Amino acid sequence: MVSKKIVLHFPSKLVDQPIVYKLVKDFDLQFNILKASVTSGEEGLMVLELTGKKENFDQGIEYLKSCGVKIQPLSKDVVRDEVKCTHCGVCIPICPTGALIVDPKTRKVIFHNDKCIACELCVPICPPRAMEVKF
Amino acid sequence: MRTIKEINAKIKKGDVVVVTAEEVIDLVAKKGVKKAAQEVDVVTTGTFGPMCSSGAYFNIGHSKPRIKLGGGTCTLNGVPVYTGFAAVDIYLGATALADDDPRNKIYPGEFKYGGGHVIQELVAGKNAHLEASAYGTDCYPRKKLSTHINIKDINEAVLFNIRNCYQNYNIAVNLSDKPIYTYMGMLKPNLGNANYCSAGQLSPLLKDPYYKTIGVGTKIFLGGGIGYVSWHGTQHNPSVKRKENGIPQAPAGTLAVIGDLKQMKPEWLVGVSMLGYGVTLNVGIGVPIPILDEEILKYTAARDEEIYAQVVDYSEAYPQAVPGSLAEANYAQLKSGKITVKGKEIPTGNLSSYSKAVEIAEQLKAWIKKGDFTLTEAVAALPGVESGYTFKPLKESPSIS
Repeated sequence: MVSKKIVLHFPSKLVDQPIVYKLVKDFDLQFNILKASVTSGEEGLMVLELTGKKENFDQGIEYLKSCGVKIQPLSKDVVRDEVKCTHCGVCIPICPTGALIVDPKTRKVIFHNDKCIACELCVPICPPRAMEVKF
Repeated sequence: MRTIKEINAKIKKGDVVVVTAEEVIDLVAKKGVKKAAQEVDVVTTGTFGPMCSSGAYFNIGHSKPRIKLGGGTCTLNGVPVYTGFAAVDIYLGATALADDDPRNKIYPGEFKYGGGHVIQELVAGKNAHLEASAYGTDCYPRKKLSTHINIKDINEAVLFNIRNCYQNYNIAVNLSDKPIYTYMGMLKPNLGNANYCSAGQLSPLLKDPYYKTIGVGTKIFLGGGIGYVSWHGTQHNPSVKRKENGIPQAPAGTLAVIGDLKQMKPEWLVGVSMLGYGVTLNVGIGVPIPILDEEILKYTAARDEEIYAQVVDYSEAYPQAVPGSLAEANYAQLKSGKITVKGKEIPTGNLSSYSKAVEIAEQLKAWIKKGDFTLTEAVAALPGVESGYTFKPLKESPSIS
């Protein structure tokens, strides 16, 4: 069994379709809606905790992607490869929430996981590519 | 006051006094220049940042039958190397990219793998796949070669960087209304961030601003091993404006450095990817400064507050090669996390790792104290302020076709 928190972005053309229902019916997945903002004619956003057998989970995610839903992991899934990070600090002004800061004493870059909102801005701009999205 | 010969005798005896360029600041604040200069024999510096004009040459040994790569083509893990030498000498540049890399076709390009990464992997002891083709001659008949190579098996593997260790650098900002992707990192629109790239008070050439001790032949920490200054680096520009303390206010001197890649370490030669720009190599360099007199010590004790750099717009001024500066900031301000430009407070980011620079200066200090690393006398001076040596733009003239 796997259980993961994910953020779903629905393009406006999908907002009126019963996509989450399909996750239950066709892929035998349980869901718990943590946050939802879906208005007809606009882009929808939903934060779900999705639980089920690994195989079903993966197929369910593939189904969502095939429908055109953009999927993002929640904050706890942005991780730093501690070996790769060189502590340069070029990520610091890019992080919108202050989850990446410099320790004034050691001059090392600290990553506060709890402040991270998984916007992923740090991922492609990190020169040694130490920031990874785990999904 | 003392000579390099005397310092080396102390290193051998084990009673040499070595401090880092950070520690010497406190020492001078406490005891004054005169007393500190009497006590300290060597000050160690360090820097660790992206240095694009880096690369390595290799002699891979002769195959049976022989092949002449010169005039042919050759790749290492798909990344092209320069073959325009004799039969089996090749040079791999840090910014080289595979022919099929998408580059900036999908903007901003990711630049996941290139020369810098190949160098890091080779240093880490990994095999690299070499693919070569040649035109064939009577003495070198072979036309194709496809093999793995390993750094421990090939003849020479030498890091040879033609420009490293910039004495000071720009602070990059973006005045336009859209994000830009540069070698100084991603710059957010409308002065969204300011990126700089120097170890400031630990940076080698900032601690010997007039190149009084650092010259051709100076033995250094290079990529985790030992290297040497081989020449002044390309774009060496000692004549830029300096503050009263002698420290250049803009990019000035540079070093060309060389050393045996086989004894270097992958944590000090790191392949990196700059979004929308390309691949490069982070190089770790540490230079020991022998305290031959009080003046040399005084220079090593310069603090971040006393070292200034120029704010340059990378959306227009830099790409169009328009000289000038929007503002000036010192490294203490940059390290505080915010500087003010055109009345706006903007967050700062460093491309050069200060904590790694500290580690390098500490490592070099430990080597010297242990007696493993003695100092060398420079055999020739770098072009100095009085030399008139400058960094010229290209003189473009229409070619006749």
